[in-house]
Amino acid sequence: MTAVQEQQEQQQHTVTGPEEGPNEGRPLGYGRLKRKEDGRFIRGRGLFVDDLHLPGMLYGSVLRSPYAHARITWIDTSAAQAHPKVRAVITGADLETMGLAWMPTISNDTQAVLATDKVRFQGQEVAFVIAEDHYAARDAIELINVEYEPLTPVIDARTALHPDAPVIRTDKPGQDDNFVFEWEAGNKLATDAAFAKADVVVKQYMLYPRVHPAPLETCGCVADMEPGTQKLTMWTTTQAPHAHRTLYALVGGLPEHKIRVVAPDIGGGFGNKVGIYPGYVCAIVGSILTKRPVKWMEDRSENLMSTSFARDYHMVGEIAATKEGLIRAVRAEVLADHGAFNGTAQPSKYPAGFFHIFTGSYDMSAAYCHVTGVYTNKAPGGVAYSCSFRVTEAVYLIERLVDCLAHELGMDPAELRLMNLLRPEQFPYTSPTGWVYDSGNYPATLEVAMNIAGYEELRLEQIEKRSRGEAMGIGISFFTEVVGAGPREHMDIMGLGMADGCELRVHPTGKAVVRLSVETQGQGHETTFAQIVAEELGIPTEDIDVVHGDTDQTPFGLGTYGSRSTAVSGAACAVVSRKIRDKARLIAGAMLEVAPNDLEWEKGRWFVKGDPTQGRTISEIAFAAFGSLHLPDGVEGHLDAECVYNPPNLTFPYGAYICVVDVDTGTGVVKVRRFIAVDDCGTRINPMIIEGQVHGGLADGIGMALMEMIAFDDEGNCLGGSFMDYLIPTSVECPAWELGYTVTPSPHHPFGAKGIGESATVGSPPAVVNAVLDAIGVRHADMPLTPSRVWHAMNGGVEPPQ
Amino acid sequence: MTININGTDYCRNIEPRRLLVHFIRDDAGLTGTHWGCDTSNCGVCTVLMDGQAIKSCTTLAVMAEGHDVTTVEGLEVDGVLDPVQQGFTNEHGLQCGFCTPGMMLTARALLDDNPHPTEAEIREGISGNLCRCTGYLNVVKAIQWAAAHPFEIAGG
Repeated sequence: MTAVQEQQEQQQHTVTGPEEGPNEGRPLGYGRLKRKEDGRFIRGRGLFVDDLHLPGMLYGSVLRSPYAHARITWIDTSAAQAHPKVRAVITGADLETMGLAWMPTISNDTQAVLATDKVRFQGQEVAFVIAEDHYAARDAIELINVEYEPLTPVIDARTALHPDAPVIRTDKPGQDDNFVFEWEAGNKLATDAAFAKADVVVKQYMLYPRVHPAPLETCGCVADMEPGTQKLTMWTTTQAPHAHRTLYALVGGLPEHKIRVVAPDIGGGFGNKVGIYPGYVCAIVGSILTKRPVKWMEDRSENLMSTSFARDYHMVGEIAATKEGLIRAVRAEVLADHGAFNGTAQPSKYPAGFFHIFTGSYDMSAAYCHVTGVYTNKAPGGVAYSCSFRVTEAVYLIERLVDCLAHELGMDPAELRLMNLLRPEQFPYTSPTGWVYDSGNYPATLEVAMNIAGYEELRLEQIEKRSRGEAMGIGISFFTEVVGAGPREHMDIMGLGMADGCELRVHPTGKAVVRLSVETQGQGHETTFAQIVAEELGIPTEDIDVVHGDTDQTPFGLGTYGSRSTAVSGAACAVVSRKIRDKARLIAGAMLEVAPNDLEWEKGRWFVKGDPTQGRTISEIAFAAFGSLHLPDGVEGHLDAECVYNPPNLTFPYGAYICVVDVDTGTGVVKVRRFIAVDDCGTRINPMIIEGQVHGGLADGIGMALMEMIAFDDEGNCLGGSFMDYLIPTSVECPAWELGYTVTPSPHHPFGAKGIGESATVGSPPAVVNAVLDAIGVRHADMPLTPSRVWHAMNGGVEPPQ
Repeated sequence: MTININGTDYCRNIEPRRLLVHFIRDDAGLTGTHWGCDTSNCGVCTVLMDGQAIKSCTTLAVMAEGHDVTTVEGLEVDGVLDPVQQGFTNEHGLQCGFCTPGMMLTARALLDDNPHPTEAEIREGISGNLCRCTGYLNVVKAIQWAAAHPFEIAGG
């Protein structure tokens, strides 16, 4: 059987099941291996950026704007300079003399490091104080006097392009409005034609509100420009150490070999730690000026008010169908609020990220979307919070539209989905907007979810509850993710292609070290990547050291976001392992004095075909590689390999989610009673870690659907600036998740994996919203479905939030 | 001023406004206790004071004078893990590890007060500790594991 036939065979036999089994002791390869990283964390011996204490270290603090839009007329830092513990005060004017007052964003826009002319959002960086301790730095920023001349802010994105709207980016030559970009995908004419012929068209405005990733560890760094060597070491909370190093070189003019970026343990990222923030640049400048290491850590309000937000998409979606419910086309008109500076992190070819996967999991003939990005007087950023480059907005749009269509047709939403889901024989499937979905067996996955849920019984229970006046709702979401960027020809950030390097060395005693370009923020790379090597080479996971997060120690790669670590670096890890296996075969042949082709592999050893007793383990081969064995021509005396993996296509994980809620009709309080999640992420390396990733994403979904929002008042004051106001789910809002899985390997990935990190964050919000709206019998209401918003939705309707 | 942390007295001259979390992290050098929000909401700074779980980011260091403080570094005794620590690793109750010390100390206080909590009591008990990674289910399972294995303390 050829490899392709084998993959087709695998696809035809999608493996399904509920989650199972205890976490095992030590599987040699894939399995429920307990994590290698836990030992230090449960003892409080993790090393996070804020745990670093270097000799002579100083502390930075940022003075931020109280206004959303104002001209700076005067800054007086003399009182702060006079503080006995202050070592330096930096303003935008100081940075201007160094050419560092502005920096490029990762979307090829510019962003003020410290404001010079105007402030453009509340919380914008205005000055930076460096002092002997943290308390003194915070004291001293209070001593800086800034005079502002307030300007009218643009807060509602829907007014940003009005002719009389104040222009925010007066710094940009030729910019006389608040327009950022315009982008489209799909075929407009074909879509319009499909809509014209449709029996049923449903149209719905929906807002995906601005939310924040809010990792529990805020962003920060320790910058250390060593005066003797002129080498900068940057310990920082980054998901992409190599990209940061190159950007520091490009932006600051520092030679790249004189920059070392180290990401130690990272306390959650979720997209928040992809970009470069002004505080990092200020800390570097501070270290250059003071010739001492400078630490800067945000406080929680700074994190929520100034770093990368997510979503903020105003979407008008339309779906066209036959009267029987067959979907013909979808289209969307989107207004994207990008804040004051366009700092979104996504492949530069796609200003709206991967939003154009908005046809979702359904078979249809045409689709078209048009996205307009605008500036507002809000914090910059744009793509963050585990959304796989805007896939979460796309999934929310289509999954809400399908429920609106079911509502219109009076159909069961599960039945409508089963009627329209892509069929297994359609893969690889080219979507109307140009994606090539790699593999899938969608109906099987939805059926597993419906079986775990007991869907029919739930509907009967709902009827019975309704007869008693109780509001119980059942919400379904079926999502298709697109992750694992590149290929590098189509995916880059600031010209850096999305391909990942990997290096593997087997030491003489058979122990190994694998070096990755990606950076874990809790995903368990130290375990998972050791398992990949173990699976490929049979080296026990405890004998494999996984090195990551240090640009001096690891090969180049674009980092961990968009669920790309397993899909891209995982593939790289398998490829280098196979290179070593191939080389080991040559050495084993020399050891056994047989032709390499006469050897057969079993996990951990090569043996003579037909005589399994004659073999050499990988450990024996490693010793021989470094020993005195006469090696075959062209074989060097080591057991090392390296590679750069450039993915041929993205991977397309998917899943079926079902949420059951009870709504208190008197108060509007929503209780999530059950949540069933069946994910297909292709080949599963460590089911325990996969389940954990899904659990976290489901909690995110409950948060966004029910409580999270970065809101603003008309003056642009941020109303979500602390955890007292920006609510994220606790243990009591989350149910005991019920998981299942199917396995449909990716045909183009070296071991069939697809990625799982963001699936649940992408797939869960519409399931929760669909459930709440099903409970209260309302076609649409925007997130967050807080008790008051649910109550209003039940009692005459509710406006989108701001 | 002296605070006893994990059985050791730490004597330092400090400003009256210094927060306990900073005393623990910066003056005593015990960085297992984290800081996360300033408003008592997230719980990553949770420590035990005389056995009670408190948020050290909203406690002045001087308020801890004369009290016994336990941090995550004090959970393991003579190389033997607390069942809560063992439960967290057995049940995959942690991912990034940032909330973990505070979560484990809250769990320890909960189990000391109620050795056989129901699932609802566990969820209520840890509702002052946020976790952005785990969705809480495996944290609950970890605490259930610890409750079920009070004497089977493993040494790993």
